[in-house]
Amino acid sequence: MNLRIIPKLDIKNENLVKGVNLEGLRSLGNPKKFAEIYYQEGADELIYHDVVASLYERNSAPELIKKTSSNIFLPMLVGGGINNLKEVERVLRSGADRIFINTAAIDNHKFIDEIIKFFGASTLVVSIEVIKKRELFYCRKDFGREQTSLELSDWCKKIQDKGVAEIMVTSIDQEGTGKGFDLNIVKILKKIIDIPYILNGGFSELKHFGEVLDIDKPSAFAISSVFHYNYLKKISDKKNYSDGNFVFLNQKSGYNNFKPLSIRKIKKFLNKKFSAQFKD
Amino acid sequence: MKSKIAIIDYGMGNTFSIQSALKNVGLESVITFKEMEIINSKAIILPGVGAFPKAMEKIKKKKIDKIILQANRDNKMIIGICLGMQLLFEKSYENVTTKGLGLLKGKVVNFNNDNKIKKFNVGWNKINLNFKNKDQNLKKLDKKYMYFIHSYQVIVNEKNIETSTSKFDSVTFTSSVKKKNIIGYQFHPEKSSKNGLLIYKSIKKLFSS
Repeated sequence: MNLRIIPKLDIKNENLVKGVNLEGLRSLGNPKKFAEIYYQEGADELIYHDVVASLYERNSAPELIKKTSSNIFLPMLVGGGINNLKEVERVLRSGADRIFINTAAIDNHKFIDEIIKFFGASTLVVSIEVIKKRELFYCRKDFGREQTSLELSDWCKKIQDKGVAEIMVTSIDQEGTGKGFDLNIVKILKKIIDIPYILNGGFSELKHFGEVLDIDKPSAFAISSVFHYNYLKKISDKKNYSDGNFVFLNQKSGYNNFKPLSIRKIKKFLNKKFSAQFKD
Repeated sequence: MKSKIAIIDYGMGNTFSIQSALKNVGLESVITFKEMEIINSKAIILPGVGAFPKAMEKIKKKKIDKIILQANRDNKMIIGICLGMQLLFEKSYENVTTKGLGLLKGKVVNFNNDNKIKKFNVGWNKINLNFKNKDQNLKKLDKKYMYFIHSYQVIVNEKNIETSTSKFDSVTFTSSVKKKNIIGYQFHPEKSSKNGLLIYKSIKKLFSS
């Protein structure tokens, strides 16, 4: 079984940020430093998500992608605010392999077809951010800010029919909480789609993988809080944050719920327990 | 004047990552679609990303195909990566049947034509070296993982150009080729972490020897 472990870096104004339920974003520092650590630790891919791009209708940060991809030789999936072909090209030329879209895909379904036609289907990931409402999951736009009437399973079917190569599904309810992945989402995806999907939102403990893998096999897990806080704990001994939200970082209270866990440790566990294969 | 490696820029490729990898091992390159720069280069890299018909259309429109064919006659090193490797072959069935550069004999086909849902190989796969057909650049990389992202595979007509195979689902496909000065990688060495960089290091050695 092939699986990918993907650190997801949410970016706001060139800073790495992390929130809970996509809200209350705290600045954690320079994303490139985190990316370098994840590269060394054996990440299979990196996700860069410009989380305010869509709201401000301005573009992702190609300069930051360039800086990262100039000495980190890993696949990079980049998104946030991408809504035209020129922008797709700009992000790809900055060193991203693939781009993801959410808001623009919901607003204009044809945009999916255009990207596939010009850049090939394997370049595109459609990201879906859902919130639970009376046992149903509804898609949100603009990094969870705007509710739509689009329901998860309907949207998935439509995306699959268009020939999209992979999707990423984020549970807003679980995101940043460390309470585990939303298993109902996994059940829906297993039933509805055959294309690979990246599961995001809620991870904090090794047992959370088993809960998912007992139901279905995603192509990848996207993980943020655990990795970011693990790295911050490592460097906190030096007590000299050069950037980020110092008050929050020095208190350390915000991330005490997360036990340190490295990529290596996760891979070892998944290999032993589920014979998952990894590059290293 | 020291000549550079030309990374062919047909407007869709992931050219920056290739240039970064070359720079990392100390090789100078230029991302270009200009005739003279390609003619004066010491090697040509055809990058990946994009759809086969669009890429060929752009290459033909600017007559870059003629320059590449001449470079081959001059024995210049030509490296195709991902889509770039596929372009080296005779034809592709991606979207519409399209003629390729035809430097290598074979065709490019979908992973599965029978199934309605298109199959994509996105992720890390092992490369299994074919020790009969050697590519010096892959030495020490047998059974190592490389990063793949494609939904089409090449079917080679000459088995002696296949330097490695990989497995996706139950399909064994050609993951790299070499014929004299022509090299092709279906995976992305520039995205394949430290093992991928070893390939670029080896390419550098080819120039200094």
